[in-house]
Parts: sequence; structure tokens; C-alpha cells
Amino acid sequence: MPRRTDISSVLVIGSGPIVIGQACEFDYSGTQACRVLKEEGLRVVLVNSNPATIMTDPEFADATYVEPITTEVLTTIIAKERPDAILPTLGGQTALNAAIALDEAGVLEKYGVELIGANIPAIQKGEDREQFKQVVEVCGGESARSAIVHTIDDALAAVEDLGYPVVVRPSFTMGGLGSGIAYDEEDLRRIVGQGLHYSPTTEVLLEESILGWKEYELELMRDKHDNVVVVCSIENVDPVGVHTGDSVTVAPALTLTDREFQKLRDIGIAVIREVGVDTGGCNIQFAVEPTTGRVVVIEMNPRVSRSSALASKATGFPIAKIAAKLAVGYTLDEIPNDITGSTPASFEPTLDYVVVKVPRFAFEKFPAADDTLTTTMKSVGEAMALGRNFTEALGKAMRSIDKKGSVFHWAGEPAAGEELDALVATIGRPTEGRLIDVQQVLRAGVEVDEVYARTGIDPWFLDQVQLVNEVAAATAAAEVLTREVLAHAKRHGLSDAQVAQLRGTSEDAVRRARHAVGLRPVFKTVDTCAAEFAASTPYHYSAYDEETEVQPRERPAILILGSGPNRIGQGIEFDYSCVHAALALKGEFETVMVNCNPETVSTDYDTSDRLYFEPLTFEDVLEVYQAELAAGPVAGLIVTLGGQTPLSLAQRLADAGLPILGTSPEAIDAAEDRGEFGKVLEQAGLPAPAFGTATTLGGAKETARRIGFPVLVRPSYVLGGRGMEIVYDEHQLTEYVQRALDNAADGGRAGTLPPLLIDRFLDDAIEIDVDALFDGTELFLGGVMEHIEEAGIHSGDSACALPPVTLSTSELERIRLSTEAIARGVGVRGLLNIQFALVSDVLYVLEANPRASRTVPFVSKATGVSLAKAAALVMAGRSIADLRASGILPEQDASVLDLDSPVAVKEAVLPFKRFRTAQGVVVDTVLGPEMRSTGEVMGFDVDFPTAFAKSQEAAFGGLPTSGKAFISVADRDKRSIVFPVKRLAELGFEILATEGTAAVLHRSGIQSTVVRKYSAGRGADGEPTIVDLITAGDVDIVVNTPSGQGARADGYEIRAATTAADKAIVTTVQQLGAAVQAIEAAQAGPFAVTSLQEHDAAAARRREARAAVPA
Amino acid sequence: MTDAVLVLEDGRTFAGRVYGATGRTLGEIVFNTGMTGYQETLTDPSYHRQIVVMTAPHIGNTGVNDEDPESDRIWVAGYVVRDPARRSSSWRARRTLDEELAAQGIVGISGIDTRALTRHLRERGVMRAGIFSGDALLADGERRPDDELLDEVLAAPAMAGADLAGEVSTDEAYVVEALGPDGQPLAEPVATVAAVDLGIKAMTPQRLAERGVRVHVLPATATIDDVLATSPDGVFFSNGPGDPSAATHEVDLLRDVLDRRIPFFGICYGNQLLGRALGYGTYKLGYGHRGVNQPVMDRLTGKVEITAHNHGFAVDAPLDGESTAPHDGGRYGRVVVSHVDLNDDVVEGLRALDLPAFSVQYHPEAAAGPHDAAYLFDRFVELMTAQNPNDEKGAA
Repeated sequence: MPRRTDISSVLVIGSGPIVIGQACEFDYSGTQACRVLKEEGLRVVLVNSNPATIMTDPEFADATYVEPITTEVLTTIIAKERPDAILPTLGGQTALNAAIALDEAGVLEKYGVELIGANIPAIQKGEDREQFKQVVEVCGGESARSAIVHTIDDALAAVEDLGYPVVVRPSFTMGGLGSGIAYDEEDLRRIVGQGLHYSPTTEVLLEESILGWKEYELELMRDKHDNVVVVCSIENVDPVGVHTGDSVTVAPALTLTDREFQKLRDIGIAVIREVGVDTGGCNIQFAVEPTTGRVVVIEMNPRVSRSSALASKATGFPIAKIAAKLAVGYTLDEIPNDITGSTPASFEPTLDYVVVKVPRFAFEKFPAADDTLTTTMKSVGEAMALGRNFTEALGKAMRSIDKKGSVFHWAGEPAAGEELDALVATIGRPTEGRLIDVQQVLRAGVEVDEVYARTGIDPWFLDQVQLVNEVAAATAAAEVLTREVLAHAKRHGLSDAQVAQLRGTSEDAVRRARHAVGLRPVFKTVDTCAAEFAASTPYHYSAYDEETEVQPRERPAILILGSGPNRIGQGIEFDYSCVHAALALKGEFETVMVNCNPETVSTDYDTSDRLYFEPLTFEDVLEVYQAELAAGPVAGLIVTLGGQTPLSLAQRLADAGLPILGTSPEAIDAAEDRGEFGKVLEQAGLPAPAFGTATTLGGAKETARRIGFPVLVRPSYVLGGRGMEIVYDEHQLTEYVQRALDNAADGGRAGTLPPLLIDRFLDDAIEIDVDALFDGTELFLGGVMEHIEEAGIHSGDSACALPPVTLSTSELERIRLSTEAIARGVGVRGLLNIQFALVSDVLYVLEANPRASRTVPFVSKATGVSLAKAAALVMAGRSIADLRASGILPEQDASVLDLDSPVAVKEAVLPFKRFRTAQGVVVDTVLGPEMRSTGEVMGFDVDFPTAFAKSQEAAFGGLPTSGKAFISVADRDKRSIVFPVKRLAELGFEILATEGTAAVLHRSGIQSTVVRKYSAGRGADGEPTIVDLITAGDVDIVVNTPSGQGARADGYEIRAATTAADKAIVTTVQQLGAAVQAIEAAQAGPFAVTSLQEHDAAAARRREARAAVPA
Repeated sequence: MTDAVLVLEDGRTFAGRVYGATGRTLGEIVFNTGMTGYQETLTDPSYHRQIVVMTAPHIGNTGVNDEDPESDRIWVAGYVVRDPARRSSSWRARRTLDEELAAQGIVGISGIDTRALTRHLRERGVMRAGIFSGDALLADGERRPDDELLDEVLAAPAMAGADLAGEVSTDEAYVVEALGPDGQPLAEPVATVAAVDLGIKAMTPQRLAERGVRVHVLPATATIDDVLATSPDGVFFSNGPGDPSAATHEVDLLRDVLDRRIPFFGICYGNQLLGRALGYGTYKLGYGHRGVNQPVMDRLTGKVEITAHNHGFAVDAPLDGESTAPHDGGRYGRVVVSHVDLNDDVVEGLRALDLPAFSVQYHPEAAAGPHDAAYLFDRFVELMTAQNPNDEKGAA
């Protein structure tokens, strides 16, 4: 049966900003869906507030709304576009919740819009704990014994039956937000309290503990004829108790007999039918008691999920794409399997390889946070690897994490005595590094059975870790590194670097030895069918085995190195640029993507001509290059679009003779090296803040004294401001250096201080970000962004506006000239990002990065020009003039001010809610030079206030338009708050302030209510402190700027309470100004909406008009 | 670990290590794509005289238990895997697979590129092969030359034309009692079936018994009188090894059953024999269907089921519409192809329209594999218990 003919337009809802638990996997699924729907000839209307997504590229939909995903905005869009249907199952929990809200508000009924791919009763049945429990029972499955509670008292009563520990899960939250395990009453009160708060239905489920059971997931698909297939089984290496997003996982399940697997399959199929998922995908999680095989159904997601993306990449079965086809009426047997091209999608993939996913965490960004892994997801990204066996896949996945200490090691003697006892004691607590601790414990001779008893990790997996230890021992003990010894090591996932460590030699020496004996990986194909049918899609992974499957080709290849696992500071924005390069170069070149992040569009087998799912290490990239070189000519590698990960490989790859396209590794170095870069600036006559480098404490002090405090200190070669701090005095500097020395000691380099960069910190500067393109002769200024926060807040965490709101034409011209001078001086061929600071009319150059920046997608969305595509073409040899002539770049760049241009505001989204201290309170929310945001949104409208208001709405639900505002600012900020606070009062807000701030306000004629400081404690008659008021939800917006460095206790308590209460918080004066403007704009009424296509058409009309009437 | 070598009929060799027993084994080499169920596969009599290659790399992870075998011994002639488990992990495991293979004298080989081998078999078709290790690989302490090993492979009998049911069938008839809903034996069975064991898997009578059917399992040599002596409401022909064109006795027996209009159901080999009894041809597939993920459409309902397969031969019958059974001038009446494999349009089921007989090429009893097709046992029970066995509805 072909697709439905009664639907001609579909609204697709995206997932909004990248947050923990909901990352770019939904860009991958949404992009696939949009592609499919367009191919089917449907008009696609898309809403997503996240500009860094591929799906929001204008060519993927007919009308693309980069607007907040709220009921109000969605209603406006529906009224304007009148879609026939809404597809809400591909945008994560955000889209599903948005659809439910639209239904509840009667919008769907009013406009006659049909939900496709899901129906409200099915969503409710799948997500409502109590209803789902009944579903499981009907399906012959078991649920953990449980109780639904709506108050803390209910919870206390319920736990008398269930006993401790007890699992707490709030209803309708994503990524397990607010869930946890309570071991005693104190835990219970805290976790249930939070859970009730986070659950939109104020509902929490308490559940008998199944901690330590084996955990499995099935990915299922159902069509309207009730055909069901199980696409993939996933087994968690970490047993129940660790969120599946934080667990090391394996596909397929490896420790189930067929009988047990079929039992899960039968229950899964019965559940998808009983829940009534009409068409599309769903994910079901199971726990299996390891001693009895008792099966408990944990939960289901009646939508495409993070695991679906993983399953799609793991099997080659594109779940989202097929879900979209099913939603518009096809059945599974009518859809071809793209990979084989000859068989239908109504089958179950079978794997002849093993897939391992390893999460990547960011606890180093939140030192106060408790790093125990629980049922609340905390990881910020993941890497996936494929191998012909578990050890090979595990080794590859671990090295894909691209972070120190993330691989097995055999340094020093095995732990013994007290050290070993301590290590054995720690493995009971799941943490980021547990698997490596387990490896060390096994290496020290502790039995698998004891490790199993402590961790609950299945003995089969533990034995495999032990196998790696044995292989390592054999490698170390071998007299000569023969082919046999090396092959054994490589077959079990050891990298050249690990072999080098075992042999006490260098990685290069191991590689030479390996190549000398002709030992190289082969490349196998992901074909969905274990080679039963021929595959036509070149989706490859490396393995040390006999036969390679890379096909020869004629066209020259360009290898694009992706950005690896998402992390704070390097996320979807870089994947965006890589995908654009692949799209731009397709046709003329054979595009070859190398990446290991399963959540991305770049690792969709449709994106490039060839996909290598490989770790982004020197060794792995070199082998891919060699394999492609054997297949045909290779024009070169693109290393400047995927962020720091590929960039850091550039020099070594070039040294090994690989052709690097675009900016040369030497030029990259020149921009990174302060001395070299200083010369470039000097020659161009550009000022930079005074700076110095130091490798000793004495040197650091001397440099700081010479430059003058405050200074900005950081280790060289970092991304995302890792380890960057503003230091106000010598005492703080000493502390900083001591910490750096401690870190060096942890990394095995005791006593050596990594080179520190020390810059004069420019107080009260306006920070400006520039993205530009340079081809060697000509500069194209892509975008100039003005930060809302002052310099000192990491650019990734700062809101910014494009076009720059307060810059003059002459300032813009200076920026353009400076950018060009730097581009020329450094030798850029491709993209360049520069950060400037404007202080008292002096334009300082803070830093320049000759690579794609985090802001490239934002700039591209705001200006309608795809910078990354143009950059890829420039790197492949085209000139900017040529790109202008062929219409890829417009005649005028961002140095020409378009007076009627709308304003785009980028706002960062921060994950503070996710991170709690061991005591269970949220970590501090003050912004600083170290980046901590996970994602971003864009507000786009006619003026700054409205655009900023939209960005706030999209990022965290919006600023209040009435109520109480609490103001407490550092002394140095008191002068600057008078006007904004006065305006707030005029807009109808009641102003609350602590005594000092109240006095300042009073003297300026602003009435405020004095509230008690937290440190003063409650009054004699129980008068509440400000923290009490915030916690009670009585304060709608909090303005709190920290005084100096090191937040005083009061400030921290206030900010933590605000975050916990989910209220708006403003921590800088600049933000306050913007917020007041935005509140005023929001009060003016509902937002108007404009699609990117409409924006682009208007911009084109304005350009034509300007061209017709010369100024 | 010691060396072993796999030699294919076309001369390609793969070097690996000993897995299970040491020695020599010869047989037809086939690949199985199931990711679970190695114990069921190994004990499936249909794999008699076949060397089985597992495409899933890790084999043996859950060890060997006493509940999952489909017969009382391992039938495969040889076993080819990539990464055998060093340790079993399952609360039901009694011993490791390695131990079990060695104890039953099954010569295996591990550590070879099973994907390369599978691709080779896919392109060249299944063929004869041999695994050699230990003394079979050595002569006077030296590794024997490949061509010597190849000669031994070429001397082995081919699968085409092989009549093997007799080698795997039970010697004595036995009864599997009907079970009630409580799992206890049922005094009054819903129906009685005479099941001819051509290599029957234990799960098949089990599935019938669960539906209240008493099953008399008879040897392959059973005559029509032996069948009738059980007073059957229906006759069942099981799966089994070998070339259906060589099974003359069984085809004659089946015609005797059809002539008496006794309700008939066949699985796998039983499907091929129904095809032959009706007068259709059978042929050898290039590399067969062996796995647990094959999509089959039930043309009666239009629904797709994911099914377990193990067949190297198939029935050659017209895919579309009704055809008249060619045997003896069409005296068995009209026949439709009831099930079709969506991957390659191979006939996966036959249904007689004028006789109470149907069969499927795949395995509704699963073990290993999904349970999607278990409804076929219900259809058989309906066929047997329907008021009028000639009523076409009953045959549905």
C-alpha cells in the first residue's frame, strides 16, 4: 500500500537545544525524517530552536522555523502553515511533550491537525508509569513492584512495603532527570522532592530495587499492518542502576541464550502492540535477574530515542528514516533496505561484528558535582566502535573517547596491598573510570568472581577484560615483536600506543614494526545481514582480519575528519560543518567521512560517499587513509572542520606525508603559538592584551606582575576554556599553579608545569566574535557577533547577537581589516574565527583559531550563507571570487550593514540542573572563562529585545513578564543596575533586595522590599531569608552577580536555590540589561514567527534593492 | 592452542585453531546467520553431514545447558567460529561449549575470518569442505600439503542426491503426550498426530503437545500401516537433512496419506516432500537460508513474519495464483504458494485447496528463532478438528 494521499503537509518538531539526555541524535533522526518526507513530495514545516542542527538548514524543509518550541509559538505556526499532520516522534521527549501540550490545549482539534507516528493514548500508556505497568501485565511480563506517589508522605508510606534501596523515577522527564536511588529516608525525601518538582504531572514512581541485574534494550518497529521487527538488541555492560546513556553498552546482546532472548522479543512485541504505537519505533528496556533469569520490564519510549540512533548506526537499519516512511502510510515490506538494495526493511538485522558504545563525561567541568553514576544521565556524549569481536570494539571505543585516562593501561606494577584493597573497594561504585579500575584490579590478580560480586558486571565481560590483560602480558613478555604477537594484540583492540607502552618503546616504532611485517587492519562492511546478501553501501569499520572490502574508485577522494564524541566545547556545531563539507564536495570528489560519534548526521551512511566508523586517533586515521589510497587517488584530508580533535592530529598526519587541505598545520601552529601569533599581530599593527607564558610559579608571578592583575590564566592548547580562570591576585595565582602541578602529577608528569598562557584580563570589554573565510587573496567576512556578557565569560557560554547591536560602521570596518590582516599573516585557507575585545575604542585581538568555530552554524542560519560549504570548496581549491560567481557566496559580506536586517541572538543552555554535589544540592551556576554549556538556541526577530526574549524562551522557558525580582549585586555593579532595575519596577515587577542593594536603589528613587540575607538566618519570628523565598517559588527572577572571584556563600546559596526552583537567573549586569529589554518585548504580546526561507527571501530582496539604488 | 585448517572444495583454505575435538571432518559447508541459539543449531538433525559456519563472532558465551538441545546429540559435521567463549555465563550453563564439542567428538576450527568465508560461500555457493587438525593435519610431524587435504575433501560425498533421513531418524516410535494449559499431561488429547521423524527437532512435538495434541513420533521407515495404526487425526512430516529428490519412500508414504485425505502438515523437509508428492520439482539453492531473521509473507493475511530457516533445497512451484498439482494428471487438485520469502521470492509454504494439506519451508517451532509463526500449529489443530476436513476454511 503506497503512502497516504490525504496528507500533503507535515509539521516536524525538533528537540531544541542539546542538553544532557537529548543530544544531536535527534538532529540525525529529524534530518532523516525531513529528507524522507520531502522525497515523498510532502510540504515539510519544521520547528526547532537549535540553529546548530542540519535539520534546520533551509533545504531540508519547505518552511523552517528556528523558534522556541512552546505551545504558544507552535500554535502560531500551525495557524499560519495549517499542516495536515504533526510528526512528534523524532524530536525526543521535547517534541513528544510539545505534541501532548498542543493536544491538551485543543490546538490539534481546532486546526484539524492529525498526529502521525503516535497517538496520545499510546504516548500516555507508554510513559505513564501506572498505565504502563498494566500494559506489561497484560503482555505476560513482570514489572518491578512499585508505587506511584504524589507527595513525600505517600513515598514514606510506600517504602515501608518496598524496602530500601528504592528507585525513584519521576514521570514524563527525559534522560532520567530527577530520578535516583534512595538508600535511606534522607535520600528518599530529597530525591522524591526533586522528582515531584521535575515531573510535569507531579508524579513519581517508587520501585523495588533491581540493582545489579543485567540490563537490556530492544529497538522495535511496527507498521500499520501490525508487522513488528526487532531492529537491535543492546546489552548494558554496567548492570541496572546506571542510566543506559551512562553505561558502556554492547550490540548485539552477548550473554543471552536464544530462549531468553526470544522471551524479551515476545514481551517487547506484545508491549508495542498493547501500547498501540501505530507506526514507527520504540525502545523497551528490560532487567534480567542473573541468578534466575526472571525478566522485569523497566520502561519504554514510544518514540525514536538515543538508543535508536545507536541501534541505527550499529546495524545499518535507519530507524528514523523508516519511522517517517511508516508514519505516512508505507508498510515495512514496501520499504527497501538501502544497504543491500535488494531486500525489504521487514527483517531483523543480524550482525557479524560487535558494537560497543562508551559514554563521555564532563565531571572535570563541575568539580563540586558527585561523579557517581546513577539512573539520572550525566554523560555529555558518546563514542561507538565496531570490531570483529568484543575486545577489539571495546579498545576502539575507549580510545575514541579522546580523553586522558580513558583506555586500559599497564603502567607501573600492578596494584598491591592497601592500594589494591582501596581499588577493589572503589569498583562497587559506578563511575566514569570504573571499567579501567576493573581492568587494574583484574591485572592485580583479583578473581573475576570477586569483581563480579562487587560490580554486577557479567562475568563474560569481565573475562574479556581479563583476556585483554593476558594479551597485554603476552605482548610485553614476547622476546621479539613478531607478526603473530602483534596480530594477537591488534585482534584484541590494543592500539599501537598501548603496545608501545607495554614494550617500552614509541608508538612510531610499533607502527614501523607492524607495517614492516605487513600487518594492517582490513575494512569490513556494515551490511545488516552478516554477508548473506551483497551490500551496496560502503559503510566500513576496521578489524584485524583477513579480507578487506574497500572497493576501488576513480574519482579523487577527500577525507573529512569528524569531531568524535560530543563534549562540552565540541559538539554538534562541528558535526554541522563536517556534514556541510561532505554535501559541498559530493559529486566532484568521493567524500569519505571518518568519525566515531553515533549520534551525528555525519555518521549517517547517506551523508558521504563512504563512511568509516573509526576512532579519530593518528593510528586509525592513517590506516583509513592507506586503505583509501589503495582504492584510488586521495586529494587530501580536511582537518579544520571537526574541532580540536582532528586539528590536533594535523601536524602528525602532515609529517607522515598525508596531504592536509586548507590551512597548513604550520599555520595552525602559528595561530596557537603565542610567540608566533604575537609576531603576526605586530606586523599587522594590531594590539593584543599584554600577555606572557610561564612554566614555573616564579615565572607566572613575574609575568602577572608585569602585565598587571587581573589576568586570565590557562594551559596552552585547550578548547572550551578548559582550566581557564580569571585571577585577581598573587594568592589566587599560586593556588592555580599548584592545581596545575597536581594535575600534571596525576598525568604522570610530576613536577612539570604545562606551559601557561597569562593574559591581561580586560575588564568591562565588549567581546566580539568573527567568523570569516580566506582563500589566500580575498576575505569573506561571514559574521560579526557581539557578546551580551563581557569578556571573561567563555564565548560558548555567552549570549551573542548578530548583527552586532552596538557596533558602528567604522568599528566594523576595523574588524574587517584586522581579520583580513590576521588571515593573511597566519596563512589561512578556509575558515578563521577571531575573538576581539573592544575597550575604550581600542580593538584588542584576544585569539584567532584557523578552523571552523562553534558559531559557524549560527552565523550560517542568521545570514543564510553556508560558510562551511564555502570553506570546504575553498580548501578544495576554489576561490572566493569563483564562489561568488557561482552564487554560493553573496556579493556582500557581513562588513556591509543591512539596516533592515533582523537580529539573531544565540543563547547558551547550561546543564547545572543535572549536576549535584554529593550532598545533593546543585552546583554553582556562575559563568566564567571555562565553558560549561551543552547547547544553544537561536532567537530570531526584527529587533534585539524580541530576539533576545525568544532566545530566553527557547533556552529555558522564558523570562517572567510579571512577579517579583530579587536584586543582589556586587559593589562594583551597583552603579550599573539603577536604570535596568528602575525599568523592571516600571514594567510591574516588585523589587526585592538585600539591605545594601536596597539602599542604593532607594537613593535612586526605586522602591524595594528588603529581604533577609541567607547568612543572617531566619528572623526571630521565622521571617524567611531570600533563599527560603526562592525555594518556596516566591521569586520569579533573580539577579545576582558574584563579587570578585570565588563566590561568597550567600551568592552560591542564592544561585543554587534559583536553579533548583527552576527560576530565571541573571548573573551579569549586561544580561540584566538585555533581560529587561526582553521582558518588555515579551509583555508586548505573543511572538510573531518567520521562517528562515522568508528571512532569506527578504534579505535577497533587500540586497537587490541596494544593488539597484547605489548609495 | 594448536593449528587447524579449513579446506574448501574449490581450493581456498583458512588457517585457524582447534576448537572442540581434534581430527578430521568432512561435509557440506554452510553458514548460519543467527546471533543466538548455537545449542539448538548444533543439535538440529537437519545439519547432519554439514559443517556449519557461524557468522556471529562470539560463540559459546552462555555455555551448554540441559534444556535447549533439539535432539540428544550434536549433529553438525564440523563447526567454524571466530571467537569461542573462554568462559560460560548463564545461570543455566552446565559446561562450556568447547568441552561439549570435544566430548561429542565434533571437530571445529576457530579464529578464522568467518565473514570472508561467508562472502565466499555466498558468491560461489555451498560446497564440500574439510577441517583438519592434530594427526589429520600432520604426517611424520610435518603439516600435510594442501592438495592432499583437498583430495580428501573432493572424495567426500556431495549433498545433492543424498538420502539422509534414515541416518538421523529415531529407531523406535515414541509418544509425546498432550499437555493441558497447566503444563500437565492431558487425559483426553484434542487430536492425535502421527509425526514422521525425518530429523525432527524436539520443539516440534512440544509445540503440538502444548496445544493438547498427542504426538506419535515414527521412524522414517514407517509404512502407511504404521501411520494408520496410531489412528491419527493428522500426519506430520518433519524437517531433516538431505536432498528431497532422493526420498522416494517418504514421498510414497505421503501420497498414501494424501489419498486418504488425512490432514497433513509439513515443516522444512516435510514441505519439500509435500511439493514432490504433489508433483512439483525441488532444487538446490545457491547457499540456502540458515538463520533466524528471514522475512516471510503469509499471503493469506498479508502479514510479514520473522522466521527461523534452515534449508538448502526449495520447492519449485508457480509463485502467483493457483496451479494444479502436476502429479498424476492433477488428481491432487489445486495448490497455492501460501508463504514467500521477501528477500529472494523463494517458495516458503504450500497449501492444497482441494486437500487438507499444507506445509512451510521454515521453522514455526523456532528453537532457535522468533515465535512469529507459531500460529501455524494452531492452523494444523484447526484443520484436524474442523467438522469437515474438506472445508477449505479448515485448511486456512
